[in-house]
Order: sequence, then C-alpha cells, then structure tokens
Amino acid sequence: MWPRFAKCFTLILLLVVLAACGTGTSATVPTSLPAPTGVPAPVSLPTTVPAPTSAPVVASETTAVTTLEPILPATVTDYQGETVVIDSVDRIVSLTGDITEIIFALGMGDYVVGVDSSATYPAEKTKALPNIGYQRRLNAEGILSLNPTLVIGDEAAGPPEALAQIRSAGVPVALVADPPTLEAPMQKILFVARALGIPERGYKLAGQVEAEIARARAEAGALARSPRVLFLYLRGTDVQQVAGANTAVDAMITAAGGTNAATEAGIVNYAPLSAEMVIAAQPDIILVLSKGLESVGGVDGLLQIPGLADTPAGQQRRVIDFDDLYLLGMGPRTGQALAELVAAFRDAVAQAGGS
Amino acid sequence: MSATTMSVGRPTMVVRRVWIFPVLAVMLGFALLLGVGIGAVPIPPDAVAAILLGKVGISLETVVSQQQVAVLWNIRLPRVVLGGLVGAALAVSGALLQGIFRNPLADPGLIGVSSGAALGAVFTIISGVAVFGIYTLPIAAFLAGAATTLFVYRLSRRHGRTDIAMLLLVGLALNALAGAMTGLLTYLADDAQLRSIVFWTLGGLGGALWETVLAAAPPILLALVLAPRLGFYLNLFALGEAEARHLGVNIEWVKRFAVLMAALATGAAVALTGPIGFIGLIVPHMVRLAIGPDHRLLIPACILSGATLLVLADLLARTLAAPAEIPVGLLTAFAGGPFFLALILRTRRQYGFS
Repeated sequence: MWPRFAKCFTLILLLVVLAACGTGTSATVPTSLPAPTGVPAPVSLPTTVPAPTSAPVVASETTAVTTLEPILPATVTDYQGETVVIDSVDRIVSLTGDITEIIFALGMGDYVVGVDSSATYPAEKTKALPNIGYQRRLNAEGILSLNPTLVIGDEAAGPPEALAQIRSAGVPVALVADPPTLEAPMQKILFVARALGIPERGYKLAGQVEAEIARARAEAGALARSPRVLFLYLRGTDVQQVAGANTAVDAMITAAGGTNAATEAGIVNYAPLSAEMVIAAQPDIILVLSKGLESVGGVDGLLQIPGLADTPAGQQRRVIDFDDLYLLGMGPRTGQALAELVAAFRDAVAQAGGS
Repeated sequence: MSATTMSVGRPTMVVRRVWIFPVLAVMLGFALLLGVGIGAVPIPPDAVAAILLGKVGISLETVVSQQQVAVLWNIRLPRVVLGGLVGAALAVSGALLQGIFRNPLADPGLIGVSSGAALGAVFTIISGVAVFGIYTLPIAAFLAGAATTLFVYRLSRRHGRTDIAMLLLVGLALNALAGAMTGLLTYLADDAQLRSIVFWTLGGLGGALWETVLAAAPPILLALVLAPRLGFYLNLFALGEAEARHLGVNIEWVKRFAVLMAALATGAAVALTGPIGFIGLIVPHMVRLAIGPDHRLLIPACILSGATLLVLADLLARTLAAPAEIPVGLLTAFAGGPFFLALILRTRRQYGFS
C-alpha cells in the first residue's frame, strides 16, 4: 500500500521541486558534495537540474549510455589506502548489491559476470547472473572460476584470506569504504566509475544522485513537524532489532526530516527490540523492510509485537515498508528512496495532525 | 557377537583387521586426488600433474594457464591439505577422549578447547585487534582454546590425581562460562561483526593459505604421530582406571598425555577452520563399528578416515553450489549422520539390542 502511494507522491513532489528550482528558490538546497579524497572537485549543483517543463527525471539508469570507451588501465585507491590497478573491465564480479546497482546505472551491466546474494536490482538482470554467495563468506575458487578481470565490492567483503587468494591469482580486488552517511552513494559511484575507467560518467551520475538527494532534503525541510520514527529490523519472531545512531537507516530518517526514536533513546548501531523502549519512544511511524514485514505476517503480525500497539504508530497503523537494498543500500536510487520517505513522512504528519 | 569368537578369535581378529589400513589409505589417496582434481575452475588431470611436477622441478609439455597454476597451488592444494589435517586432528582427538573418558559420547569439545577457541575468535572479531595481521584470529583462537583446556585440567586435579568425572564436570562448567562470555561479546557486536561471528561459527576450510596450513601442521602432525602410542594403554583403560593401574599403567601420565594431544590437535584445527562438528564424535564410532574397539588399530584408522571424510565433505561444500559455497559442517552432518545411523542399526544385535 504505502510504497505505491509514496511513488505517486514522489512524482508530484519532484515536479513541484523542479518548478521551485526553476524559479530560483533553490537557496535551501545544499550546494556542495564533500570531495572524496583524491577526486577532483566533481560536480556542480543544483544549477544542473533540468528545466521544469520536462518529465521528472527519476531513474538514473534511463540516462543515455554514450559509447564512451573505458580508459584503461584505471587506478583507484581502496578503503585501506592500497593502490589497485585495473587493466580490463571485460569481466566484473561484484561483491555487493549496491555496487552491482551502481555498475548497471553506469551502463556497464553487460560486463558483470557474477553477483552476490544481496544483488536484487535490477532484478531480472541480476537474477540471471551466477551467484557467488554472501559477501562476507567468499569462495575464492568459485569467484576465479568466472574468470574475472576485476573483483569489486566494499569494505564488508571477506574473509581476508579469500581476498588474498583472489589477489594472488593476479585478479585486482577493488574495495570501497561504505560509511553509513548520505555521502556514501556519491563516494561509491565515483570509486566504481574510476575503477571502470569511466570517471566522466561517474561525475555525471554522482551529480544526478546528489541533486536528487538535495531535492529530497529540501522537501524534508518543509515538513510541518518532525515525525518520530522507529526502524525495526525483523526476521520472524526471533530477530527483532532497532537501529540507532551510526546506521544507514538513521542517516535516511534524519535526512528525510524524521527523528529516529531509537537514536534519541541512546541506541548506537543495532540493538535488540525492547517493549518498554518502544512505549517510551512513542513513535509516530514504524519503518520496516518489506521482507521483514512479510516475515512477521504483515501489519497485523507486526502489531502483535509487545509494545507496538500502544504507540501512536501502532494505533493509527502507520507502518511504512521499503525494499532492503532500496532503503539501506546507499546506491544510485538513494535520492528516490529518500524522496519517497519524505513523502511518506509528510503524509503521516498530515494524518496525525488531522486526527 | 557370540562368546566363542570373543574368546578364541582375538589374535585372528587383529590379523584380519589390519588389512583395513591399505583400504583406508587407498580411500584417503583417492579423496585427495578428487579434492585436488575437482573444483569450480576446471583444471584437466594432465594440467594438474604438470603444475604439481613443475613445482618440484620437473617440467612437462602440457600448457597451463597462470590462473590454473594460481588456483591449484594457492587455493585448492592448501585447502585439501588443511582438510586432511583438520579431519585427522578432530577424529584422533575424539578417539583419545572417548578412550580416557570411557564414554562414547565424549568429543573434543568436552575439554573446553572449542568453546575457548570460539571465545578467542569472537573477542578478536569484536575488539578489531590485528596485532598479527590476518593470523590474529587463528592465534587468539588457539591460545584461548589451549588456555581453557589447561584450566579445565588444572581445576580437575586434586592431590596429584585427575578424576575423570571431575574433568567432565569442570569441562562442562568452563564450557558454559566461555559460552556465556562469547554470548556477552556477541550481544555487544554490531551488525557486521555479528555476521562475521555467525559465519566463523559455521566453520569452513575457505581460509586456507599455505602460510596458515604450515602454521597449523606442526602441532597437528605431532599429535598424529604420538597419539597411536597411547593405543595399548587406552585398551587397558577400558577395563577401568583401578584395573589399569594394577596392570602397571601410569594412568595420570596417560590422561595428561591424551588431553594434551587432543587440545593441541583440536586447538590448531579449530583455530583455522572454526568449529566443524560431527567428525570428532562420529568418526571414532564409525571406525569402532567397522573394525572393533582395539585402540591400537582404532587410532590410526581414525586418522585416515577423519582425513578422508573431511576432504570429501569439503569437495562437496565447494562444488555443489559453485561459485558459492555451503558450510562444510552441514555436509559432514548430512553425509555422516545417515551412514552412522545405518551402521548402528546394522550392528545393533552385536551391541545386545534385539
């Protein structure tokens, strides 16, 4: 229910924002991208926002793919400061879902020969590719059997022995930092684009994503009040956690104009859910992942969790669910996800105010 | 089994069953060949031969790619060697401990080595300490495992004697304590650390590098070479501790030696692979059902069968879902469980069940 409404909202919202930008009221939009180390000042924003007369530019993958040849060998500095030289991008194994998404958004999806189990977007393309399993439990020989010329992922990849084995077979392994902040999408896009020898396309995509994030943030600033949001990570009745500070979802909630009730309660990272904490937090909105909501049997099942029924969110059944990779991936769709989140928050605030 | 074969058949039984060893040795050789020859990256047998002989200085005409050399030499071979060593280590530890506890349910986890190693590993994951680079985790796991066993052993000694019941109880207590501490650390872990812990706990041979294999080999080989010497004494142990002492066995020495060997072998194995269940408990049983309870045969046979079983299980683990991998502990349980059950049911009359 919610995402569908939210999508409509996003479109309307984007049109409004585009119009606003066109009339020069863009002063509230943050203007600079924190420059990742070693990257030349990448993008200029938000003057590049398209004219308001055009249809809303949403999906970055719809960007026309130019026939630009990758400039190789490419050199990148990984998250540990090691220099990685890439001679060929003909066969790419991507270790994580958000990186896979970035490669496809950069128009290089045809060169991907293997993905990990978190790669769910673009769905039909990733489903057809060989699955190398989970990125923290890599199998070196399995990856090498795909004859990769580049293995690319983020700092979560492991175990270190498997990475050492892949490197010892002469295959470059490029790993990017993945901080739980809204700078991460741009940093990762620029890193991947540089590794693939197409830095220009990287600047362009990062610019678009940053513009989308900035627009969503501007919308968030216009919320009547900041809703109290509690994010629940659910896997059935056994795994029930809340996310506090220093998490990707905290960055998303805050940027969308919400207040993370768990962070306010002093929680850092993920912590087990406690019924008393839920009641003390009195959230207006419960935010969950779609698969998590499914695993507890939908909204009705969710409200069976002790404490939840006794909150404003529970009483009004204000539960928002998002796809895992979409909400938390910090990939090229982050701006859209953020806009949807803002729309959902706005709706909830309006509803709560009216009732 | 009838009384007559028991009384008159003993010498012939030993003679008859000694030729189990060539069979087991051939099976192990076959498992090693399969393990080296099969994997996600196709390497034809002639290329395998060329690469292996090339490493000892004999060059064949066969053309091999750089990737094939890297995969075979850097990934598959250390993995198969580690599988053999770890399988043998776990099985022999199980045989030794079942011998001194005179209890078929004893397994290497009983003396605290596994829970201690888990505590060391989880501590390393949570604290992020990396004093020895990628060797930090195995070193911490080995030290914590060895320390826990030493603790169990010291606490169970009274007046210079080690009571086996006491060893069991102290082992249980310290296992619970180490488990609680591991649980506390797990509770403090963040999402990423939690996943690392879960995957370490599942066990697996994926982390085999030549450096780590060579580091684990000395303690494991030492235990494998020395353990068969205990066979004779463990046979007398089976009569009961008092009886064994009257027969002139230095029972304190036997107990200390067996616990030390098991801690050494299991500690080194678990430190590198995480806990791989089932082998330490079940392999000694399967071997006992096949060749009888004589420890002089049982211990060497456990070494060969443990190595064979783990090498084959790991082969399945890394090829069935290629390019991904299945945790090997699941396969040892899936493969060994039904086989073990069949063996028990087939021989239950021999054990006095009708």
